[in-house]
Amino acid sequence: MSETAPAELVTLTIDGIEVSVPKGTTVIRAAESIGIAIPRFCDHPLLAPRGSCRMCLVEIPDAGNGRGFPAPQTSCTMAVAPGMVVQTQLTSPKAKAAQEGIMELLLINHPLDCPICDKGGECPLQNQAMSAGRAESRFDGVKRRYEKPVKITDRLLLDRERCVLCARCTRFAEEIAGDPFISLAERGAYQQVGSYPGEPFDSVFSGNVVQICPVGAFTAADYRFNARPFDLVSVDTTCEQCAAGCSLRADHRHGSLRRRLAGVNPEVNEEWNCDRGRFHLPLGATDDRPLTPLLKDGGAMREASWPEALAAAAAGLRKALKTGVLPGPRQTAENAAAFAAFARDTLGTPSIDYRVRVKDENQAAFLLEQVKGKALAESVQYRDLENAAKVVLVDFDPEADAPIVFLRLFKGLRKGLKVVAVAAEPSRTLAKLKAELVETLEDAALDENTIVLAGERCASETLRQIATSPARWAWIPNDVGAIGAIDAGCLPGEGGLDVERMLNASMALVVGDDAVEAGMGFTVRLSDLGDDAAGADVWLPVATVTEQSGTFLNWEHRRGSVGLIAKGRVPAAAEVLAHLAGLLAAPETAGSEAGEGIPDFEPAEGEEVSA
Amino acid sequence: MSVVPTPVLTANWGQERSWKLKKYLAGGGFKAAKKALGLSPEEVMGIVKDSGLRGRGGAGFPTGVKWSFVPQDNPNPKYLVVNADESEPGTCKDMPLLLASPHTLLEGIVISSYAIHCHTAFVYVRGEVAHVARRLQGAVAELYEAGWLGKDIQGSGFDLDIIVHSGAGAYICGEETALLDSLEGRRGQPRLRPPFPAVAGLYASPTVINNVESIATVPSILRNGAEWFQSMGTEKSKGFTIYSLSGHVANPGQYEAPLGTTFAELLELAGGIRAGHELKFFTPGGSSTPILTPADVDLPLDYEGMVGAGTMLGTKALQVFDETTSIVRTTLRWSEFYKHESCGKCTPCREGTWWLVQLLKKLEAGQGQEGDVDKLLAVCDDINGLSFCALAGGAVACVTSAVKHFRPEFELGYTTPAWEAYPYERSALFAGGAK
Repeated sequence: MSETAPAELVTLTIDGIEVSVPKGTTVIRAAESIGIAIPRFCDHPLLAPRGSCRMCLVEIPDAGNGRGFPAPQTSCTMAVAPGMVVQTQLTSPKAKAAQEGIMELLLINHPLDCPICDKGGECPLQNQAMSAGRAESRFDGVKRRYEKPVKITDRLLLDRERCVLCARCTRFAEEIAGDPFISLAERGAYQQVGSYPGEPFDSVFSGNVVQICPVGAFTAADYRFNARPFDLVSVDTTCEQCAAGCSLRADHRHGSLRRRLAGVNPEVNEEWNCDRGRFHLPLGATDDRPLTPLLKDGGAMREASWPEALAAAAAGLRKALKTGVLPGPRQTAENAAAFAAFARDTLGTPSIDYRVRVKDENQAAFLLEQVKGKALAESVQYRDLENAAKVVLVDFDPEADAPIVFLRLFKGLRKGLKVVAVAAEPSRTLAKLKAELVETLEDAALDENTIVLAGERCASETLRQIATSPARWAWIPNDVGAIGAIDAGCLPGEGGLDVERMLNASMALVVGDDAVEAGMGFTVRLSDLGDDAAGADVWLPVATVTEQSGTFLNWEHRRGSVGLIAKGRVPAAAEVLAHLAGLLAAPETAGSEAGEGIPDFEPAEGEEVSA
Repeated sequence: MSVVPTPVLTANWGQERSWKLKKYLAGGGFKAAKKALGLSPEEVMGIVKDSGLRGRGGAGFPTGVKWSFVPQDNPNPKYLVVNADESEPGTCKDMPLLLASPHTLLEGIVISSYAIHCHTAFVYVRGEVAHVARRLQGAVAELYEAGWLGKDIQGSGFDLDIIVHSGAGAYICGEETALLDSLEGRRGQPRLRPPFPAVAGLYASPTVINNVESIATVPSILRNGAEWFQSMGTEKSKGFTIYSLSGHVANPGQYEAPLGTTFAELLELAGGIRAGHELKFFTPGGSSTPILTPADVDLPLDYEGMVGAGTMLGTKALQVFDETTSIVRTTLRWSEFYKHESCGKCTPCREGTWWLVQLLKKLEAGQGQEGDVDKLLAVCDDINGLSFCALAGGAVACVTSAVKHFRPEFELGYTTPAWEAYPYERSALFAGGAK
């Protein structure tokens, strides 16, 4: 990472406490830094200041030049100045009265329908009305009313009467996502968020507006009326939808996942995530999927106990002349390590491949040589993208392949980043990035001030060319488990077969992913989706991503922890492999009961992790 | 003492087809521009600075000083934007000027643009007055044809284009940063400052925004000199201006007179209050300026005089109301205007005007409750000084000043509808239709 010069500090006094903050900091941020929370709605640290809700008014008796402001000022727009004196609601009756007045005004047109509002219980308006408002309103007039809700998209509903018109959502859409399809319309108290007919809010980041809405105006259609915030248990986790590595907050009730929100991770996703991560909820323990092992018996699958199924798996593998392991690209680093160990130590086969398909003959060798075991410190990171002079995209569509990478690039544009894409034709994403299109890698002029982002579709020959150029580079795979699997060694080594060869060979396979096709020979399938068991000889249900803890390594090789939401009734893949390894290691004795010593995985019903 | 009108801007308004270039040239038009193009831009700016001309749009900021804020080392183009979004209730000076003598403004634009090194000037015309925009566009076309606009104006080497732009009908676009947003094609809402328009205004380039009357005054200053201009007006408010008188006066209209003229003198020019009636209250500069009463008629109508009386000179729109008028009804009408025109960006203005109208409606209908007048003032207190721009300040000023002078009349709203205490037909000027 590049060294940045220490910022010039400015010293001011807030509520009698002296504080030094970097020049250019706003008063509201400076106050936060010493633990003073000034109420706010339109202010958001990642959005440009707006100063429109007026909730954050403070008194400034001295602007640093010996003169004060006659009226309270918005702390979200006011930059600090040396010698400035600020009095917040904590020390200034004038500031307190101003905030109480603004709060009363904000509520005159708000329906106060907290008991039936999704936001009730986690609502900045509700909370700040309690902390910064007067107990009773003097308003006894008529409130603004609207037909409700407006369907903005299939996923987003808007209750306009709840809106406090802070414009966080519209600013997010324009400034952060680059999808300015929602905007404020009309004027006065009838100002409202709207979208143009025929121009829907078509954004892969649309769900963020629900999260940053400081009231319950934007709600998610699939979470609406689904739970109360105070009934939910939150778990910090890492998204499994792609290799971006976003931190998430998963909210569940009695083990059933109700919603996911963007987690706060300044180094990765800041405070955003994409709609895939937010709205595609992974299956969990209570979802309807088979939780009993299945065995092929006379051409059809039948239910079997765990000891019987594991014994059958061990027997089949023992009998096989050749074996291979296909963990799939979605495993946690822990599971990937277990698959690698199982191949190496138990089966003794070099044929292991996490991939679902092979890009080209030399891809595995390149990944083992250039990607495997890279440390975070030596890798390109999100922060580097934001501050880079030039980023070249090769066979990589940031918005589709790793959306949060797109957000960083888009943010970088404001700091002078230039994006170049080696692409045959323009796309909406490239247009948003104002990308220059070039035909070949040579045209992209890779120098030491360039960062290259290569996607999974990139040919090994091109990757080699990039790796030998003076540019810094990163390979961004599509799947969440790819980097962890590569680091664990889930690629064919010396004499090993790759996934396509394994599937076409007469050999026994241990498959860890439902996306991998069926092979030719005896197949043990570990399934977390409950997909069709046809093609497997032994089918073993394993824990989903919500039913186990673990680690994902994102494209930066940054570790993100996977939070356990609720233990299901099936074990994690690593646990199953350990038992299978145990069986295979034991001497085969004709008289022993099949599967002796193997527990029948049956955790107590409803077991869950408490907050 | 009676005042002598000083027709300068209004001198040619009575001529037949006064808006045609031929007429304007015959009356000595564009001599000032010719003179200015013979001087250096800095000399022109110096003359305007020396004259003491202050902004005629309401704030009264010295025009020449405003021009000097434009950073000439900024590589971006410099823009002059003329604010012709005249929408303040009671104000009617820029529109008649543009109808009667658009070339006065356009000549002023040529001179002012030259002074600030601007090559593209804009006139932002209020959306509702399509006829004014059309007249202005006709005048601009005449100037292109006559070589007073375009490339190398009159062989001087100075290039200037003027673009006439119509708004969509929003009072807020008279606020200069909202005007710029609207001019750029966005919704007209005020911008955060800094940056100030002089540094980053239209298209993020240095921009001067002046009122129509301010720029239209510039040719006369160039023609007659700064000293001539300084000889009129008061110590700190130099020159002449157009006062618009409306309401219960015998002869409403525009009266051009030196700054510092008193309301009593203007009333004399306008033939006094309509026959058989007496003055109850008036606004010095449109509805945004706190009202004054008969006790204030001898105050000088200049920037300092009005501030001294706790109000503002504003746009010099004197709305005059006689004793038949209900102050509650008047205040309600003004408040309804501000509620309708609030852009909605900030909470106090958006929600506060919504509430004020409801409170005033109750008082007008005689359905107020004990304490409602105090509540009215308390709401004003929660708005005043806390809004994003000055619009809400105006919305509050008319209410607080009205209560200050006529509190018992508001309290009458606890029991008696305003239309019973002040039958509305008595104050109507056009009852029974225009004659």
